[in-house]
Order: sequence, then structure tokens, then C-alpha cells
Amino acid sequence: MNGLLQKVYFGLVGLFLSLPLIVVAGVSVNEKQDLAFPPKGFSLGWYGEIFANVEWRNALFASITLAALSAAVALLIALPLAWFLWRRHAPWANIFQLLGIAPFTLPPVITALGLLTFWAATGFYGQPATAVISHAIFFVTLPLVTLSLGFSSIDRSLVEAAATMGADDRTIFRTVVLPLILPYLISGYAFAFVLSLNEYIVAYMTIGFTMETLPIKIFNALRYGYTPTMASVTILFVAIAATIFGLVARFGDLPKLLGAMSSKD
Amino acid sequence: MRREAPQKLTDYGPLVFPAGMLIVFFVVPFATMIAVSFFRRDPSGFYTPDFVFDNYARFLSLFFGKVLGFSLFLAVTVAICCVVLAVPFTYLLSRAKRRTQVLWLVALLSILSLSEVIIGFAWSTLFSRTAGITNLLVMLGIMDQPVALNPSFGAVLTAMTYQALPYTVLVLYPALVRLDPTLTEAARTLGASPVKSFFTVVVPALRNTIVATLIMVFIFALGSYLLPQILGRPQHWTLSVLITDQAIYQSNMPFAAAMAVFLVLVTLGLVALTVIAGRKGEAA
Repeated sequence: MNGLLQKVYFGLVGLFLSLPLIVVAGVSVNEKQDLAFPPKGFSLGWYGEIFANVEWRNALFASITLAALSAAVALLIALPLAWFLWRRHAPWANIFQLLGIAPFTLPPVITALGLLTFWAATGFYGQPATAVISHAIFFVTLPLVTLSLGFSSIDRSLVEAAATMGADDRTIFRTVVLPLILPYLISGYAFAFVLSLNEYIVAYMTIGFTMETLPIKIFNALRYGYTPTMASVTILFVAIAATIFGLVARFGDLPKLLGAMSSKD
Repeated sequence: MRREAPQKLTDYGPLVFPAGMLIVFFVVPFATMIAVSFFRRDPSGFYTPDFVFDNYARFLSLFFGKVLGFSLFLAVTVAICCVVLAVPFTYLLSRAKRRTQVLWLVALLSILSLSEVIIGFAWSTLFSRTAGITNLLVMLGIMDQPVALNPSFGAVLTAMTYQALPYTVLVLYPALVRLDPTLTEAARTLGASPVKSFFTVVVPALRNTIVATLIMVFIFALGSYLLPQILGRPQHWTLSVLITDQAIYQSNMPFAAAMAVFLVLVTLGLVALTVIAGRKGEAA
């Protein structure tokens, strides 16, 4: 009874969530350059186009570089901050935790516009590095949240044991803390990477007039007319996201990361 | 190891880089934006420094009132649709097998991370005449010929609900997983049907969570900047779309900044409400 209800409702939600992707997947295998569904003929040529066409290939390369670098910078900001907040008792330092969460909580247009005015005022507007820093700030929330969760799950008696045996902070961090929070470090990077790959507005407002990331390229292409390449890129992105989150789930504890068991009360 | 207060100056060392980055690249840009909102527009370039309230005065127009009203109305509607769909779904998900939960969480995260550009493209394809859902209805003999379903309000609402639904589920998930299962078991033992026990036990127990989630999804929907533009008509444009349009295409940075400051104030007010709703939840 309950089981049937669950299956029907899961089925309906699943259909709603997958319907646009099914249609896009169908469009992406059209043989000729039309956006027909059901597809006319079958060809994987539009997937090849992502790599064969120099514009799409450059956009893909720009997106992946941006995501890899900005997620790394986000991690460099989040790790020392989360460690400090866990190790030290300094209530005023929580303001930085708040600052790290704010860019992601506010409507994205606001962060994007703030960064646009800032880069324009300082004269760096349009340079590729500005997008890396902007994305790192925008997505620092994700590693910060996963790392805070990771630190809070460390059994402090382990650290205490190491300290009693004479290990200093540096040694403790390397031999005890780092191995314990590694899964949270990796998932924080993964979340920031995937979201940066897909991000449009911040990238557009920082480097939109000088470079094209894939989301910018798709949006620009939308204004000049549709091609099935947009559909194949979309499916590629869904596949990348699903693979990365699948790996996080495989090697980490996804329900716990998303807050299922984080409370000890 | 106990948490100790920092003793030496070097104890603050780890804080230097994160604090510096957040201040220089978040606090300063934010302050810059507020400053620019008082500047005067310069048609030839970006703006000239000044201290005028003209940009804020433009809020007092009928056009702006309409945009603001529509933005709030759209975000409220999206939030209600999402919460109505997501509460039963998340409840069932939290009671499902662990494997099922993980699979759904991966799917939800994948859709949540999708670019607004991609969601907009996917739905505009689904609603189009050549490749849209109406082609399926024609094949099934329900309709005579395919039609385009966008631009329209329904298209904007559907796509924004699609975008916010995974977010809603993930916000509700922790609270529902921790909900004491004996609550519903007691109701079932006393003879309530699953549906009845859901509405009479689960929903009232989660009232504050649901209110907080509504506000969070509302803020999330308020931030949607592309879907109304791709799938709607100009009268369906929201504040976020207008800010982007003014900043990029009309090159009126001061006005865009003033609208952004206004949007921040609305959002912060709502965040405060969420915190209050959450506090009440803890007290109850």
C-alpha cells in the first residue's frame, strides 16, 4: 500500500525531472541539423562536433580549466578557515564563516554585479584570472560546508592522544586530521568543480566579452538559433555531473554529506 | 584536544589567506556595488562618481512596481509548487532503502547543478513546435498538430519549478530523515491510513521546517535570471533579469547596482525571517 504509493509518486517526479533531458537527448542524435523530436535518423555526429568544432572545443577547454582552478582556490580558502574554526575558540572568527556562505545564499546576480563593478573599478575587467577568483569566492561555500561537517565528525580524543604523545599541530594535521577529512575535501572540490562548470552569470559578467565558457557559448548560440550541438553539450554536462556525484556517493557517504546524520543531538 | 583561544599572533596565521580573500573579493566588491548605486550614469562609459539618489528614485515608477510585484508573485508561486511537490516526495525518500536514497540524491544533485542556460534550453526544446511534447500528443492522436507552448507564463513557471525542486528536496531532506519514525507508527497503530497519518502527524510536526523551506526556495526562485528571459515574454521579466539587462545591455551600472542593493535588502529580510522560524522550531 505504502509501497505502491511511493512507486507511483517517485515515478511521476522522476518523469518530470527526466522529461526535458529525454527530449534533449533525442534532439542530440538527429542526423541532420534540425531540432526534431522524435529524432530523424540516428547519428552521434553532434557529440563529435563538440570536439571537432574549434569554438565548442575552446569553450569546453575554458570551462574545464576555470572549474579545476577555481575549485582549487575555493579549497585553499575553505580549508585553513574550517581548520581554524575547529581548532581555536574564537567566536568573532565566525564572521568569516558567514562571509563564506553569503555569496552562495544571496541571489547570484548580486555577487556577479558586485564582482563586475569591482573588476571594472580596479581595471582588471575581462582578464581570465578574474573569473577564477570570482568563481572561487562564489563557490567557497561548498567546500566550507563539507569541511565544517568533516571537522565536526572527528573524534577529538584521537587528536588528544596524538598531542599527548608529543605531536605538534603540524604533525597532527598531517597524520591524523588530513586522512580523516580527505573524503570531505574531495567532495567539497567535486561540488565546487561541477557547479563552476555550469555557472553562467558570474562568468558572463567577468569575462563574458573576452572569452566563452560552455554555458556562455550555449547562451550566445541560443540567440542566433539552435543547433543540435547545444543538445549534445547538455547531455555531456548531465553525464559529467552524474558521474562525479556518483563517484562521491560511491567513495563517500552522500546522505551524511547532505545532512542526514550530521546532528548528534 | 580542547579548543583553545588563540594565544600567540602566529596562531592567527591560518586565518590570513581566507580572511584576506573574502574581504578583498567579496566585502570590497559588495561595498563598490553599493557606492556605484549612488553614482551618476555616464552614457559614454560606465559611470561617474557622484552622490545622487536618482537611481533609487526610479523605483517609484509604475513599471518598476509591476516588475517587483511580478517577481515576488512568481517566486511565491514557485516556492509553493515546489514545497507541495517536495514534502511528500522527501518524506517517502527518507523512508526508502539507503540504495534508493543515494540514487535519487545523485540524480537530484546532477539536476541542481545544471546551468540555468541548459535548463532554459532543455525546456524551450520541450515546449517548441518542432521537437516539443506536443509531437508526442500528436503521435498518440490526442492533438491534431504540434504547437509551441512558449513564450508563456506556464513555461516560465514550469521551468523554474524544475530548477528549484531538487533544491527544495535537499533542504527538506535532513529534517525529514531525522523525523522520529515512531510518530507515524503510533498513528498507524491507532488506525490512521498512511495518507492520513502523513497529513495529521508529519506535516504538523514539520510546520516550522516547511515555513523555513518556503522562504529559502522563495529566495532561490528570486535569483533566477535567465528562465523568464528565455521562456517568457517581456512582461514576465523579473528583478534579476532586469538587473542583468541594465548592467550588460543598457550599460546602466548605477541603476543595476541600486536594484541589486534593493534585492539584497529584500533577501536579508527574508533570511532573518527564516532564522526566526528556525528558532521557533527549536523552541517547540
